[in-house]
Amino acid sequence: MKIALSRVLGATLALTICVGASASDLIVSAAASLTHAFQELGPVFETANPGTRVQFNFGASGALLQQIAKGAPADVFASADQETMDQAQSQQLIQAANRRNFALNALVVIVPAVGGQAPKTLADLAQARYKRIAIGLPASVPVGRYTRSVLEQAGLWSAIEPKIIGAQNVRQALDYTARGEVDAGFVYATDAALMPDKVKVALTVPTPKPVLYPIAPITSSTQADTAQKFVVFIQSAPAQSVLARYGFGKP
Amino acid sequence: MQGAWVPLLLTLKVAGWSTGLNLLLGVSAGFAMARLRFAGREFLDAVLTLPMVMPPTVLGYYLLVLIGSRGPIGAWLKQSFGINLIFTWQAAVIAATIVAFPLVYKAARAAFETVEPQLEQAARVLGISEAGVFFRVSLPLAWRGILAGLLLAFARATGEFGATLMVAGSIAGKTQTLSIAVYEAVQAGQDDTANFLVVLTSVTCIAVLLAAGWLVPGRTPRQT
Repeated sequence: MKIALSRVLGATLALTICVGASASDLIVSAAASLTHAFQELGPVFETANPGTRVQFNFGASGALLQQIAKGAPADVFASADQETMDQAQSQQLIQAANRRNFALNALVVIVPAVGGQAPKTLADLAQARYKRIAIGLPASVPVGRYTRSVLEQAGLWSAIEPKIIGAQNVRQALDYTARGEVDAGFVYATDAALMPDKVKVALTVPTPKPVLYPIAPITSSTQADTAQKFVVFIQSAPAQSVLARYGFGKP
Repeated sequence: MQGAWVPLLLTLKVAGWSTGLNLLLGVSAGFAMARLRFAGREFLDAVLTLPMVMPPTVLGYYLLVLIGSRGPIGAWLKQSFGINLIFTWQAAVIAATIVAFPLVYKAARAAFETVEPQLEQAARVLGISEAGVFFRVSLPLAWRGILAGLLLAFARATGEFGATLMVAGSIAGKTQTLSIAVYEAVQAGQDDTANFLVVLTSVTCIAVLLAAGWLVPGRTPRQT
């Protein structure tokens, strides 16, 4: 019994040590919509920079900003909109001189592939048959802010607001739609492309401001050189071709 | 800050409903398990205790798959009655009830097991019906332990977050409970709202604990 217990403790301890971040880990806080593309880019960067390990922290850009503002040990920040990065810059959390735009995306309306009714125009979403519409929470999720600005501009916000199911990040809005829990959802074109068998794109919606992704090294990073290397790497041709494969445009 | 009272009231509503449901479910399950002997009893006990040890996200996922509009239960509810549970406060009640159930069940089972069988036998000898034995002998004697379980369950339901967020979402005024409102305020960097909400939550919890201390010794029959 004693031996078994000590083995369990030992194994737990060993696991804990393996999982914990070490000094050579580069922590990249990135928008949820970048999940798949960045996960593929991580090993490429590691191969080019031996001894460096990249750890990603994906979430809604606004939530990531709050973590960084409260002192989370991130080295690089990639957000899905300019507004969040502007806030980071005004709080001097990022190195403004090394801030770069690296990807473009588009806002789309999706419906469940099975049993979903595709709206022909944005105004159709105000109809009674669309009871629930998933959007990112505008307070912390960029795709929610893009959605709100589009709907406000079209004069539809007050009609659609009561139907809104707020998602914690864009991937949650995608999931709600894929499961058929909502009648329509606003996500990025790159997210919709990940689940072609579960959701279909009904409309591509032009946004007042382009969906432009910025990236920057974080001021408090303890490995400013590696962080800067990552920012440069994301703009390089090999990284851009991976991003293009996931549907991101070149700014 | 006026809006902050809405999540508080909603939280109390959800926790109240789930505690009421658990009073029925937990007490009946606890009584049945304390009195009946059958094969697989310990296995059933493990299953009934599972929500206490499983991560709320796992429960949330099970629930989403079961009561979602394409799940076996959800699809049936939708077709038969036109009921859609996901993103409603009722879904939050279901999540809170399941998460808090083992606290009532465990407490009730333990309380019923400590009731002297001779007292129940004596009541039967005196010609009291089985229901009468339960309500006039077993339940009053086990009440103190059950009440303690119910208060813990109420507290657990008040703080429920993971499973609730997955099945009820976060709709202001409809499904946004205190714990979810705090999470959202922090995510959005609204520290003023977050500060107010956490103070409100802390005060509520202290009030519940004080109420518990006042209720438990005073209103239960003395056990000898």
